Amino acid sequence: MESSKVIHAFYNDDEVLLDAVKAVKAKHHHIEEVFCPFPVHGLDKAMGLAPTRLAITAFFYGITGLAVAIWMTNYIMIQDWPQDIGGKPSFSWIDNMPAFVPIMFELTVFFAAHLMVITFYMRSRIWPFKEAENPDPRTTDDHFLMEIPVSDNVDALTALLTETGAVEINIVDKH
Amino acid sequence: MSHYEAPIREPLVLGDKSYHDITEDIAKPIEGKANKNWYMAFYISLAAMLWGFGCIFYTVGTGIGVWGLSKNIGWAWDITNFVWWVGIGHAGTLISAVLLLFRQKWRMAINRSAEAMTIFAVFQAGLFPIIHMGRPWNGYWVMPIPNQFGSLWVNFNSPLLWDVFAISTYLSVSLVFWWTGLLPDFAMIRDRAVKPFQKKIYALLSFGWSGRAKDWQRFEEVSLVLAGLATPLVLSVHTIVSMDFATSINPGWHSTIFPPYFVAGAIFSGFAMVQTLLGIMRKVTNMEDYITRLHVEYMNIVIILTGGIVAVAYATEFFIAWYTGSPYENYTYLSVGAATGPYAWAFYSLLFFNILTPQLLWFKKIRRSFIWSFIISIFINIGMWFERFDIIAIVLSKGHLPSTWWRFEPTFVDVGIFIGTIGFFFVLFLLYARTFPVIAQAEVKTILKSSGEFYKKRREEGIPTKPSIVANAKSKEVNPDNNKKG
Repeated sequence: MESSKVIHAFYNDDEVLLDAVKAVKAKHHHIEEVFCPFPVHGLDKAMGLAPTRLAITAFFYGITGLAVAIWMTNYIMIQDWPQDIGGKPSFSWIDNMPAFVPIMFELTVFFAAHLMVITFYMRSRIWPFKEAENPDPRTTDDHFLMEIPVSDNVDALTALLTETGAVEINIVDKH
Repeated sequence: MSHYEAPIREPLVLGDKSYHDITEDIAKPIEGKANKNWYMAFYISLAAMLWGFGCIFYTVGTGIGVWGLSKNIGWAWDITNFVWWVGIGHAGTLISAVLLLFRQKWRMAINRSAEAMTIFAVFQAGLFPIIHMGRPWNGYWVMPIPNQFGSLWVNFNSPLLWDVFAISTYLSVSLVFWWTGLLPDFAMIRDRAVKPFQKKIYALLSFGWSGRAKDWQRFEEVSLVLAGLATPLVLSVHTIVSMDFATSINPGWHSTIFPPYFVAGAIFSGFAMVQTLLGIMRKVTNMEDYITRLHVEYMNIVIILTGGIVAVAYATEFFIAWYTGSPYENYTYLSVGAATGPYAWAFYSLLFFNILTPQLLWFKKIRRSFIWSFIISIFINIGMWFERFDIIAIVLSKGHLPSTWWRFEPTFVDVGIFIGTIGFFFVLFLLYARTFPVIAQAEVKTILKSSGEFYKKRREEGIPTKPSIVANAKSKEVNPDNNKKG
């Protein structure tokens, strides 16, 4: 693949960064990525990122957990091996349902929480032995890095970024 | 863009700190060397832990007859300890989940350690039912799998099985919640690590976290949803633990107020343990600027509230025991019979440690004092242990027939295993304090401008938190590989 040049603009303040993102967007430049040491409120909106749908997946995972719990209690307690425990025979699932509420609740939470987190890890590509991809180690400390692809507008972009308060601007080859 | 915060609120981060200062402060205990005190504490805990493991091996090898149990006191120290440890765990989730939903910024300085405490406490709790089985190698029988005698399954009507599901869900969800929050902080340590081995380890632990804007967006959403899931979860766990007792037909256990009362007690004891741990940790790891008097006071307020709920529950139990007029109720753990019987010492210990001592926290001076908070927190830890001991041992010591009247006497094995779990807990916590970022630094950085002392002062003087822009950045072309190495 042909290597392309990108600008790495560093900022050292979240408010300055947010204004800079807005200014760059206003000039219709494409922001490839912003690396931050901590979540900056409103940055996703300023960058024009779509809202995440992870909460929706959690809802469906929770429903799945509930369904598994209902199926499991019904199969184990009613279908496969019904027992008369403490004078409470297992005629139908609905009659015994109150005793299964804790299980249904716990499995709902278990499925929703774990599958949502796994989805998050997969979507954001984070897992054990994954190599970090932040281009500069300072972005986990106190620097914010804006990555903008460049073609022939290097000077204009550099001027704009300098104006918005970038403390360092590097032009690098991206493989 | 920091949210407005009333100037009258005390700062949560003291001192003249920048974002980089926070990084330095949190990384220092990890990058520095442990001092003598740490080693001393570690070896004492390790010795206690090994002693406890020895007692566990003795128990497993010989049988639980080596404990002080009898035919009518089948639950005693070990279930007491189990409930005590689970209860302690609750504060961590409460701080990280419930306080997140309520947007309490003060949680950020303590949530990491409180969650660590939760996980380590639940480890200890989990040990007790497993060794109480007598044959722990058959422990997997609690899973919903058919056993080798045919398809005989677990019993989903039993609160003990609900407990298995509740505790394992709780432990695993807490662990995932904690670890997800740790990723950016491990990444911070990774990116500043100098030693190659250290860099490798933290690179592995951080799962390659890079801090993209999209990652942070997802991170915040996941934290919020996990908090929303963990909040009812934490309430359910101690509710279900209380059902181990409340769904039985023993006088003294068969009580409808057990679930809310147990949950309040759990939070009460959990916050006390957080006070105990952080009282030491803030000094040892030099986190005084982050864990302030204000944090201590807030935690003490939660302790007064939940302690009050517990006190009302005790009064209710005592009144109801008397009001039934039933002679059997007169031997429950909160009754005239208990107050005048052979376990009177345990009865009065409970009242003293759990009801009287926390009342001192009504005084602002005491509530804001580190040393008093520490002492009172230890008293509450003891008191909450007595609560569970009283509920189990006193109630079981008087059955319906005089032939089932029996007193529980612990053996050295009972005591040894308990001490062992305390040792194990502190071994884990001490290792954690040396190797993990003990404060959620990424989160603290988000509140620095709204709640940091430095910025609060500046705002009062009318200086905006946003620095003025000096356009002097030099642009240069660099080799990307050099850049990556920093």
